[in-house]
Amino acid sequence: MTNLLTLKNTIIGIAVLVGSALLLTGCPSGQGNLLDRGDAAQKTYVAPGEYDEFYAFFSGGYSGQMSVWGLPSGRMFKNIPVFSQDPETGYGYYEESKPMLQTSYGFIPWDDSHHPHLSQTDGIADGRWIFINANNTPRIARLDLELFETVEILELPNTGGNHASSFVTTNTEYIVGATRFSIPYETDLDVPIDSYSENFNGAFSLIKIDENTGEMSLDFQIIVPPYNYDLARPGKGPSADWIFFTTYNTEEAHTLLEINASAYDKDYVAALNWRKAAEFVAEGRAELIDAEYYHNYYDKSQGMAVSEVKDKVLLLDPKDAPGILYFMPTPKSPHGVDVDPSGEYLVAGGKLATVIPVHSFSRMIDAIENERFVDEVDGIPVLDYDATIVGEVENPGLGPLHTEFDGNGYAYTSVYISSEIVKWSLETFEVVDRIDAYYSIGHLMIPGGDTVDPYGKYMVGLTKTAKDRYLPTGPKQNHPAQLYDISGDRMQLLLDFPTLGEPHYAQAISRDKIMPNARRIYELSENNHPHAIKRVADARVEREGDVVRVYMANIRSHFRPDNIEGVKVGDTVYFHLTNLEQEWDVVHGFAIKGMNNAEVLLAPGQTKTLKWEPKRTGIFPFYCTAFCSALHQEMQGYVRVSAADSDVELTWRTGDL
Amino acid sequence: MRLPVIIFSFMLSATLIACGNGNGNGGDASSRSASSGAAQEAGLSDFELEHGIGPITSPMTMGDFDIEMAARGQDIFESKCAACHQMENRLVGPPIEGLTERRSPEFLMNMILNPNDMARKHPEGQKMMQEYMMVMPFQNVSENEAREIVEYFRQIDKGL
Repeated sequence: MTNLLTLKNTIIGIAVLVGSALLLTGCPSGQGNLLDRGDAAQKTYVAPGEYDEFYAFFSGGYSGQMSVWGLPSGRMFKNIPVFSQDPETGYGYYEESKPMLQTSYGFIPWDDSHHPHLSQTDGIADGRWIFINANNTPRIARLDLELFETVEILELPNTGGNHASSFVTTNTEYIVGATRFSIPYETDLDVPIDSYSENFNGAFSLIKIDENTGEMSLDFQIIVPPYNYDLARPGKGPSADWIFFTTYNTEEAHTLLEINASAYDKDYVAALNWRKAAEFVAEGRAELIDAEYYHNYYDKSQGMAVSEVKDKVLLLDPKDAPGILYFMPTPKSPHGVDVDPSGEYLVAGGKLATVIPVHSFSRMIDAIENERFVDEVDGIPVLDYDATIVGEVENPGLGPLHTEFDGNGYAYTSVYISSEIVKWSLETFEVVDRIDAYYSIGHLMIPGGDTVDPYGKYMVGLTKTAKDRYLPTGPKQNHPAQLYDISGDRMQLLLDFPTLGEPHYAQAISRDKIMPNARRIYELSENNHPHAIKRVADARVEREGDVVRVYMANIRSHFRPDNIEGVKVGDTVYFHLTNLEQEWDVVHGFAIKGMNNAEVLLAPGQTKTLKWEPKRTGIFPFYCTAFCSALHQEMQGYVRVSAADSDVELTWRTGDL
Repeated sequence: MRLPVIIFSFMLSATLIACGNGNGNGGDASSRSASSGAAQEAGLSDFELEHGIGPITSPMTMGDFDIEMAARGQDIFESKCAACHQMENRLVGPPIEGLTERRSPEFLMNMILNPNDMARKHPEGQKMMQEYMMVMPFQNVSENEAREIVEYFRQIDKGL
């Protein structure tokens, strides 16, 4: 693919920027200890027993998980495992959860989660589900916000690095995925890397969401030029039918991108009319191609995850679907593209740019209607920059990245290299306030700040390095977050706290959208797990050849059964554990000596299975890992393992029972 | 927009009290015990001393034995209670036989529906906690279901 944009010599400019980056990120300023007002503690104080105003959901970055926090206190409530095994809860280790981490590359115990996004109704977060992307082996997960558990993971084929994801349209019709690292589409295609422009392609993935169940299905993909697609945002209001993507590496470099993908003055914001694209697909203009990918979902009734393997995907070529896709030239390797609450302004953060360019949606539509095209790439018209741009915010600092909105006419842009947040007016496009970030800010987040109805009270800055902010904890420290009060004319720093993993992006929502729906137990009467026992009378051990199944009940504070004999070396033992408690937050755990796996935690009413393959004879103690009552220390048992050829009879008991 | 905030705060405080009772999932049971919570601080009424603290605050009419109700009670008992209670012998908790002779039906209902308060605030509940070293869990049964369990206990004691 060719690109006719002029190549300019900007290497010197990059060197200056990189030099500034080193200076600015390398030197903690020591400022920010001095709060300009003395009421910060009061504003963030949530008294014992009282509740935070907001739930916040932080991505775990390279932990692969998602954590749940309270705002304004900055207290962490929970870390929810999503894409990575979690020995704490047993997620990814117990049998029912293993299918969740299956992919076309086999079982994958880890990923890199980036951008959580709450489901929306009429452009406002509704608190039903939250989605998050896996960047490495491209997937999207859905978490249920009644259970606070991962309930679905969908793999995306034809995609390398699903970074521009997961973002939902205003009524959660679709969620989007895209290629950061373009790759050849055909599975296992073995081609020279320097045939990049010829053989590699990008892909946009349009994932349909069932409005009642939230279930995801890959509706179709769109083949796009082999650029790097970095971030995305669906439009809202007048632009609700569109999704905007940033691109970089329109140079189509495949090596030393640091230099080679920074050559052009401008890359693109891609504007996709998803509604029109879906209509073309419905008309049959897409081609069904081979593509292997996994769809894993949690069957609530059975209490276990199930994997489906898909082998085809519908692929739409923009050449066959005129009017669905346009490129808007945008300086320079833009990172974020964010849409203001009215749906009119598209703010791109050019991480190597010296201004924040703002496109106008209505001007974009005019430019399309008047065919103000300057170029065409693979059938995709390139619009005239002057026709779509409505403003350039001057003096935004070095390295503007992401923008959110307060609903009061102001935008807030994170600026990485100069490590600050700038507040600017959507009317004048002028900077009105700026405040330091500690240090090197990536995303920022205002509760509702990406929706049609922002809650303009707090802002969270998600920064990349802690350096001297906290008591030092060695050469590698956790990433910080800062909470700001944005209710006044000036931004005010309230709180600075460490986080888990690397929270690239976060979402927040008023507690009243979530709190009333949060489940307290799993109802035993709704537990249809095939190996559940709902009566202690059903506790038992069964042998089927070399497979031993232990149907075990857990209740304060004993296991039923707790003495098991007759297991042999070479057996595969399944502990099917059911927590018979029906009281909120009374959790039991299970661990057995020598287990080459993990413990497992059981919420009230849940059934989970641990697989154990004893390799030695002997007596193996097992115990409850969760402190469950005053007699928790008594909640233990023994399994006797005998030689493979022994004739010890299979028996089990609890006390005299 | 002030009113919804107030309503919500009230809802939260109700939740807090319910959580304090430890059986926040009890629906009607927890909200009713919450409303009588203040009175408990000062001491127990004669009714409460005899019949326990919880949603049952006045004498119940038991009526004739109902075998279908007892069968439903047995079903719930075997799923939610039998891990800790046997008929004749002490296990984790006390044996079931003879319960309806030792305790009033109102007491049994309150014990099933409000075990955490019973263990903390009622002299009989406190005695049992010391004897068994365990607070009986609330097992998410409704008032109706607790009544069915009591009917099952009646069946056991009547030898029907």
